[in-house]
Amino acid sequence: MARRTIKVEQIARVEGEGALHVDVNDGRVERVELNIFEPPRFFEAFLRGRDFSEAPDITARICGICPVAYQMSAVHAMEAACGISVGGALRELRRLLYCGEWIESHALHVYLLHAPDFLGYPGAVEMAQEHGSLLQQGLRLKKAGNAIISILGGREVHPINVRLGGFYRAPRRSELMALRDELSWGRDAAFDAVRWAGELVFPEFERDYEFVALRHPTEYPMNEGRIVSSRGVDIDYYEFSRVFEEFQVAHSTALHSRMRGQGAYLVGPLARYSLNFDRLPGSVQSAALTAGLDQECRNPFKSIIVRAVEILFAFEEALRIIDCYEQPEESAVPVTPRASVGEWATEAPRGLLYHRYETSSNGSILEAKIIPPTSQNQPSIEDDLRTVVEGNIALEDDELRSRCERSIRNYDPCISCATHFLKLNINRRGGV
Amino acid sequence: MKKANESRPKLAVWKFASCDGCQLSILDLEDELLALASEIEIAYFLEATQTASDGPYDLSLVEGSITTAQDLERIKTVRRQSKALVTIGACATSGGIQALRNFRDVNDFLAVVYADPGYIDTLATSTPIADHVAVDFELRGCPVNKYQLLEVVTAFVFGRKPMIAAHSVCMECKMRGNVCVTVAQGIPCLGPVTQAGCGAICPAYDRGCYGCYGPQDTPAMSAMTDVLDAHGMSRRDIQRILSTFNANATPFLEESQRHGTADD
Repeated sequence: MARRTIKVEQIARVEGEGALHVDVNDGRVERVELNIFEPPRFFEAFLRGRDFSEAPDITARICGICPVAYQMSAVHAMEAACGISVGGALRELRRLLYCGEWIESHALHVYLLHAPDFLGYPGAVEMAQEHGSLLQQGLRLKKAGNAIISILGGREVHPINVRLGGFYRAPRRSELMALRDELSWGRDAAFDAVRWAGELVFPEFERDYEFVALRHPTEYPMNEGRIVSSRGVDIDYYEFSRVFEEFQVAHSTALHSRMRGQGAYLVGPLARYSLNFDRLPGSVQSAALTAGLDQECRNPFKSIIVRAVEILFAFEEALRIIDCYEQPEESAVPVTPRASVGEWATEAPRGLLYHRYETSSNGSILEAKIIPPTSQNQPSIEDDLRTVVEGNIALEDDELRSRCERSIRNYDPCISCATHFLKLNINRRGGV
Repeated sequence: MKKANESRPKLAVWKFASCDGCQLSILDLEDELLALASEIEIAYFLEATQTASDGPYDLSLVEGSITTAQDLERIKTVRRQSKALVTIGACATSGGIQALRNFRDVNDFLAVVYADPGYIDTLATSTPIADHVAVDFELRGCPVNKYQLLEVVTAFVFGRKPMIAAHSVCMECKMRGNVCVTVAQGIPCLGPVTQAGCGAICPAYDRGCYGCYGPQDTPAMSAMTDVLDAHGMSRRDIQRILSTFNANATPFLEESQRHGTADD
């Protein structure tokens, strides 16, 4: 009886480094491991002893693709620790900054990382000859998202303008209005993007995920909301560790997460969309339904449509915020440190990003806990892979390997966030 | 667009311990990316494409620092395959923020993050690429400036010296027309000792420079910290601001240590 092994030594078009290892014995999947081998960087350790005001700039360096998410979870958690909340125009500006990051990060994934899987290319640059205008549109959408971050944050990667209590400098109304034409173009182009994504060909594949995302009374969630799940979880941030736990596995330098007593759950665009469809504006809802989505989406390959829908939403929301914006008198509210604990979660492009800090009265960080979305999704990714391999066991190794890599890219996994990422080794024993 | 079979310079992009932000800067060149890809062959760039051509490469861009025994071997292989090797960003040029472990016991760090530290393979230090192999050019910044990155790639492709200024952020402020935040508002600022390249963004947003491009070539560190002190920064805060994304860069490291340790 031969054993069959399928390996992917380095997974391409993901952020960070990882590999995949699958063992098949007699047509039965024995082991599926997503190996994250990116070297650990110990953020939670060296945050101890730093000043509370440093958390947004330091944690941004966990991820160059979603630094805004880290800055947002950090400022909210610290403000919660200090007992203040930020409202009005400053709250709106934070949401605007997040719109920029959702657009930039999702457009990167949809056009440069994910589209090649559907169109049959090794990468986006190789698509340029035959799909030049599609790629140009994707890059322009991405640039429009980055323009929001640059104006409001100072630069695209590791923005410098975010601080506890608000911003170092609040933009003038005219600075934001200068973005308006390009954002209007982006909104129109995003309608096309949703339609285009809906016409791609998708494998028949659905799983009964437990979705987890924020839910806000009126808004599609970004900076705040209760943590809810499709199976009835409905908790405040401070209850996070009562419901969810982290655990370590030997094959990954990223900690995994699970729901206590339950197991894998799913965060990210599918979860956010499926739990918050009713919070999207009518125009975005109808674009989604016209593109063939239901109000809930359980096919991870269709995450490309959901990301396009969220790009569209982010353009609409950015335009709404800019049109209503009046420059506030003060660019930040004062935040005074105290001995306390602060916890918060925001919706990073890849899903729920949880921060928890314990602070002392002089502002030093005593303890930090950060749980990124890709860590939370690792068990779900492995479960997807198991289902994909079992359902396609007759495929040749190359084809199966490619199907596995696609399943991983569905998640837009950020290995730098999770720590480091991906080899696929598929071991086959027995007749298949 | 040139045909694929024409001989074009081969570019490779490598990642070590880092956040991906510097290599993302290549993909953030939205207006230039496709033109760039037609002039050079992207031979190895895992974040962007599955295509992986074997070396040798005309130019290797290296992001990230050396933190594991395997990476120490890997960088030597990369060097052997590369005609020119350019390091990009604070991790690759100074060890990055993960170099904060260099001043502590890494086993304590492991125990804070991992329940079973035995699985984890890591070195006690995070070090810049130039500590291990010859480097042809270092582009600073956390993150790098994407236009400077484009300039460096262009220069190497055409075989000329990159035009990257060696002066301080202070000079960039003057060129940008920023009013000095220290003089006008009393805000402590590392601009006088920090390598230029960002475009003096922080002062333009009413914030003092926090040194993410690392020390410039001839920084007057003690004069700098006297000014920080005069503008109300505590010893503890001076120590901290010099111990961030370029904590392992010698001028920042020595001056930081003069102001105590992280545990003070």
